[in-house]
Amino acid sequence: MASSGGSPPAVEVTDLVKRYPGCTTAAVDGLSFTVAPGEIFGLLGPNGAGKSTTIGILTTRLRASAGRALVGGIDVVGDPVAARAQLAVVPQHNNLDRSLTPRQNLLYHAAYHGVGRAVRNARADALLDRFGLTDRADKRIEAYSGGMVQRLMIARALIHEPAVLFLDEPTNGLDPQSRRLIWSRIREMRGRGVTVVLTTHQMNAAAALVDRVGIVDHGRLLTLDTPGNLVKGLAGRSILDLTVTPAALDEPDELLRALSEVSGVRKSERLAAAAPPGAVAAKLRSGLGLGGGSGFGAGAPAALTALTALARERAVATLAPDPGGRERVRIRLHLAADPAAVLGPALTVLTTRLATLTDVHIAEPSLEDVFIGLTGRDPR
Amino acid sequence: MTDLDTPPVAAMSTTATPARPSTHRVFLAILRRDLLVTAKELWVILVQVGLTPLFMLFVFVKVLGGQGIVARNFADLFLPGIIALAALTTALQSVALPLVKEFGFTREIEDRLLAPLSTNLVAVGKLVVAMLRGLIAAALIYPLGALMVGSAPWQPGRLPMVLLTVLLGGWIGGGIGMTLAMILPIQRINITFSLVVTPIIWTGCIHYPWPRLSSMPWFQTVTALNPMTYVSEGVRGAMLPDVAHIPAWVCLLVLTGVAALVTVTSVRSFSRRAVQ
Repeated sequence: MASSGGSPPAVEVTDLVKRYPGCTTAAVDGLSFTVAPGEIFGLLGPNGAGKSTTIGILTTRLRASAGRALVGGIDVVGDPVAARAQLAVVPQHNNLDRSLTPRQNLLYHAAYHGVGRAVRNARADALLDRFGLTDRADKRIEAYSGGMVQRLMIARALIHEPAVLFLDEPTNGLDPQSRRLIWSRIREMRGRGVTVVLTTHQMNAAAALVDRVGIVDHGRLLTLDTPGNLVKGLAGRSILDLTVTPAALDEPDELLRALSEVSGVRKSERLAAAAPPGAVAAKLRSGLGLGGGSGFGAGAPAALTALTALARERAVATLAPDPGGRERVRIRLHLAADPAAVLGPALTVLTTRLATLTDVHIAEPSLEDVFIGLTGRDPR
Repeated sequence: MTDLDTPPVAAMSTTATPARPSTHRVFLAILRRDLLVTAKELWVILVQVGLTPLFMLFVFVKVLGGQGIVARNFADLFLPGIIALAALTTALQSVALPLVKEFGFTREIEDRLLAPLSTNLVAVGKLVVAMLRGLIAAALIYPLGALMVGSAPWQPGRLPMVLLTVLLGGWIGGGIGMTLAMILPIQRINITFSLVVTPIIWTGCIHYPWPRLSSMPWFQTVTALNPMTYVSEGVRGAMLPDVAHIPAWVCLLVLTGVAALVTVTSVRSFSRRAVQ
């Protein structure tokens, strides 16, 4: 999907610059990227990175200071009117027409884009149904919840069947139900050949949905690739967290040293906080976020599952001598190899030293780690 | 909540490159939206613009006239001025206030700005609607005012001149309103409105024919600088041809010139605000 396959790009941005009057730094500073027709492209970046400004220029609402931007092959600066026929945008704020009913919002938007009466009526009915708004189609906009507003804005954007759809943080502040509905509707657009450019801070959802990701900060493109490749770039950045109770005569530092000598371990460290209570058998959470896993990854390899079973077995085995009130130690192993390859030898070390294993946590790098790695941890 | 896994909308085909619709079609669609809103708000227009002129008529004609403080025939002089005032100020308010809201708080103008139409034409559409609202206001004030004062001058042959003057007055009001709404920061809108609208009313020859000001040359000069004067005089001259007034051709010439000027300033300020 990333390659254009011979057809001209749906979006083409070349050395784009936007300076706001009175600002010393450029909001967009030499940005270049292309989006292939039918692609779902994610533009990620911290707040103030220049994402919305870029979308503003691409949707003809902001004037570029320099550079070129084409949407559907049309120069948005040179021929904004023709470009507008190609695109639709769902902004971050509610800009629905309060003087019209929800249905009229759809119908008039379609009329602004030259869609004939019969067609726009049929499409409005279908979209209202599709976005779960039929019951409230003729109520006042003011009575709409945030999720309904967002759904209506997306429906409105789709009614004239744009070639390129821009979504600026489409699921911001929405409940999980509305979020799921919106992500699923975006996924469908791929099937209809609509090109989607979206910004979001929901990295996991983005990673699952988009074909390619561009990460921007300070108006510049930091990286651009498929989410898979970006995460792969962090291969060897997995983390294995072990919570262990060393044997009575063993020193935690000695144990740490022994673990750091296991093949595939780059670095080992002791973590300050105490382990979560309760778990005697090993737990495994894999695949989601170095900053704290949340549930089982869908594609946990079979080898890992087997190893977990093994870990459980051995942990139980090492339970034999009573820990005798010795403190639990949390150890973090930074891995250069696949966690599955390290876990076995690490368990062997623990078994040999009669340490009790109470918790295992494997964290694979995610898109969010790529993002944090590139843009830093400091809040904007 | 709709089922998440139902197939895509049947009415939607795989997207080809969308065709660009014709300019007049888009322009008319945007105009139709504003007319729909105008129709919904007809009573608002009536209250917004009708109350002040009608109260003025009542006080000046019924109260003061009844007591002999102002002459009986003042009603005839005053009614054309009130019609002109309604046309210009209605147009001004009906474009300025919604634009402040649509650009500032709700940003609901964005949907129209993203229509495949030149931004300048979106602004022109606003002026057209403002002008029509001015015309509606004038048309409503005439019978209401006539009912109140008990009589009204009627010159069917001069109706085209009245219409033309009222339309130009509405257009100018819309242009002034749009320019103010686009160039002023939101927090200064209220004070500026008072600063602009009040002098427009009181130096606009609504209450008196312009030639009668010859005894106060400085004030006559001031009023000559107010486009409202030419709207009042145009309407008055058409309705009361026997009362001394500025010649119709002068009124139309000045109003056309001012209309052209405010078209340029308002459309330009609108476009600057719309695409930054």
